[in-house]
Amino acid sequence: MLEKMDIERLDAEAVNSQKQRQVLYAPRKKIFPKRASGGFRRFKWLIMAITLGIYYLVPWLRWDRGDYAPDQAVLIDIANRRFYFFFIEIWPQEFFYVAGLLVMAGLGLFLLTSTVGRAWCGYTCPQTVWVDLFLVVERAIEGDRNARIKLDKEPYSPRKLVLRTTKHVIWLLIAVATGGAWIFYFADAPTLLVDVFTGQAEIVAYSTIAFLTATTYIFGGLMREQVCTYMCPWPRIQAAMLDEASLTVTYNDWRGEPRSRHAKKSAAQGAVVGDCVDCNACVAVCPMGIDIRDGQQLECITCALCIDACDGVMDKLGRERGLISYTTLNDYNANMALATAGGTQPIDPARVRTPDGKLAATLRHISLASFLRLRTLLYAALWSLVGIGLVYALVTRDRLDVNVLHDRNPQFVMLSDGSVRNGYTLKILNMIAKPRVMAVRIEGLPQSSVAIAGIEAQGDGSFLVPVEPDRLRSLKVFVTQPRHVADEQVQTFRFVIEDTKGPETKTYTATFQTPGGSK
Amino acid sequence: MHDPHKDPHLDELSGVSTTGHEWDGIKELNNPLPRWWVVSFYACIVWALVYTVFYPAWPLLTSATTGVLGYSSRADVRSELAAAEAARSGYVAAIKAADMQQILADETLRNVATAAGSAAFKVNCIQCHGSGAQGSKGFPNLNDDDWLWGGTSEQILTTITHGVRAPEDADTHVSEMPAFGDILKPDEIASVAMFVADLSNGTGFPEETAPGAQIFAQNCASCHGDRGEGNQEMGAPNLADSLSLLVDGEEAIAAQIRAPKHGVMPAWGGRLGDVTVKELAAYVYSLGGGK
Ligand code: SF4
Ligand code: SF4
Repeated sequence: MLEKMDIERLDAEAVNSQKQRQVLYAPRKKIFPKRASGGFRRFKWLIMAITLGIYYLVPWLRWDRGDYAPDQAVLIDIANRRFYFFFIEIWPQEFFYVAGLLVMAGLGLFLLTSTVGRAWCGYTCPQTVWVDLFLVVERAIEGDRNARIKLDKEPYSPRKLVLRTTKHVIWLLIAVATGGAWIFYFADAPTLLVDVFTGQAEIVAYSTIAFLTATTYIFGGLMREQVCTYMCPWPRIQAAMLDEASLTVTYNDWRGEPRSRHAKKSAAQGAVVGDCVDCNACVAVCPMGIDIRDGQQLECITCALCIDACDGVMDKLGRERGLISYTTLNDYNANMALATAGGTQPIDPARVRTPDGKLAATLRHISLASFLRLRTLLYAALWSLVGIGLVYALVTRDRLDVNVLHDRNPQFVMLSDGSVRNGYTLKILNMIAKPRVMAVRIEGLPQSSVAIAGIEAQGDGSFLVPVEPDRLRSLKVFVTQPRHVADEQVQTFRFVIEDTKGPETKTYTATFQTPGGSK
Repeated sequence: MHDPHKDPHLDELSGVSTTGHEWDGIKELNNPLPRWWVVSFYACIVWALVYTVFYPAWPLLTSATTGVLGYSSRADVRSELAAAEAARSGYVAAIKAADMQQILADETLRNVATAAGSAAFKVNCIQCHGSGAQGSKGFPNLNDDDWLWGGTSEQILTTITHGVRAPEDADTHVSEMPAFGDILKPDEIASVAMFVADLSNGTGFPEETAPGAQIFAQNCASCHGDRGEGNQEMGAPNLADSLSLLVDGEEAIAAQIRAPKHGVMPAWGGRLGDVTVKELAAYVYSLGGGK
């Protein structure tokens, strides 16, 4: 019956198989991943659409901020040192928000890895996404696995030349678009687009496009899995973050072995046969070119395409899905112990099945409990804590900031009428994109008078200081006090800066220096 | 059980073949590097060699090869300076065309001039006036409101441009206080010194200063003013304020009356050019004492 099911056996071998390893410097073995179909593949299409969509489209979103700020929703304005994200504007001194986001990204990655394993690698890493995109192009032009292998072996013919050229040209176009999209995050996108095409853009824009075009084309088109295996540090770091309760893509040899290409014949001869029919479908679809049946490997990015492939085979065979599945090491070990009678016997899949052929109820499967453990809860708690902290800091942050620098050289100046003068540099930061007028006065220094260069005092001794939108204004302030009003060498007083049209008020405690002592 | 197809160098434990070398029983696993990695390595070496042809690199006995591109970091600096100069040129032209009032009235121009003046001050002026322009005995403090030759921006500019008692400049400020040691008797000098000291004390004039007051009126008031308020036309210091440039106390005042010291300042106009002296004037004016 099994033979009738027409399971095609693919001629595929893992690139890291141990059979030929005598060379010191190994040439790359070409991989021709077969198209997979199934739930995970569909999920990956979705993620690809979302991530690429975000990357290419976000710079084109508009966000009205009034007359004094750019209307691009997401903009990193390096020249003016501002970062705009929808309704949030970040000044350089507020860069800790970005640091906080990076901390959250780190903790999030820990959380993700300790629960669902290398999901970042398998689904969202740009390398994975773009390689996937490049493979779509390759398949569309050269055909699926077998056609590509055949084409690769062929001597160059006009047809091969046309196919290959088309593929590389499309790859390069994607690469240019990728490099091109990047620069739009750093300047007004519509303006820059015109500038780029009319040759008006800055040289750094072109060199960035060129550089990212090269990296996209080389990494996504030419090097692919080599980047993951040899260049990327994540596989090492992520491997270190996995534990026995993390999900990994696993070949369940406790039900698959002993594998047999002629299951029915072998079974008829009384041999023990597992579910794996050794069709190599899992190897053929693997973008990393490995054989998951060799066990957990550094190369495996857990894209789960082999799960899709094998589930398809199992469906055809009328067997349960999940010969290859997301499994924790704990569950795997428990099931393996079942199949090997506690490790005393070779694997016998009959032990994991009930007499009527169903999978035994004692087998362990993914459970929510494996996600809830001290480590993951801690990560989740820390992650939320940092997030809540950032949100709190964001909603309570000041949009008016004040800095006062006391002149140090000289600290005070004696004037001809015997009074003492101190100089200050007052910096007022208007951190919103609207012009504002600030009322500046001082408090707590008896008999003192204030002068600000270039600004007339009001009747009540305060000063009205217009500050441009989203700018810092620096003022030279002179404070004068008759000598011997106070005996102290150092008096403290306050600068008070009030928004004349809003609720914001800032005070800054400064010191006033005198030669000190009575006459 | 010998398997002829088995890799003779296979390490059983790791399943990886070894290099075949053995040192006291220790073998090295052979996890091969990808070939492209090795190729990149050699490509980098070639790149480095090519680089040394195009850029200055190989040391010679007294110099180094210059490279066929003729690159030099000094040329870089020169072009950066030229670019900075070009970027400044608009402001420089504006400052050149404007008078002090106009410079101070325009916020941008004032900020530019003050910043440039601050830099020029640190190169040319701090040797006498101090790094904070706070002066010292004999060298005026430029922060305060006590000016020998006037504290308006125009007056400051004139003083900086032409200097004080600067022999190289025909328009320099000149004045000289006579050495009263040759004119007045010692006791007359002592009593006028007592009067001058009381001028700035602000404690009133006791009876014994009357002779000093009379001598002051006859000899000193023509320059220093009837009540010692000074005269900026001739650089005669204000003796009645609480600041004193040169001396403190009757003895020192008497010494100055007998054989006066005079400050000298170079004429900077010819040395720095009129833009820089305007910038210096704007800076000095900004220190807070400007009138
Ligand atoms: S694990 Fe599944 S896909 Fe892979 S060879 Fe066995 S049956 Fe085929
Ligand atoms: S072994 Fe499976 S999960 Fe791992 S990279 Fe290959 S196809 Fe993806």
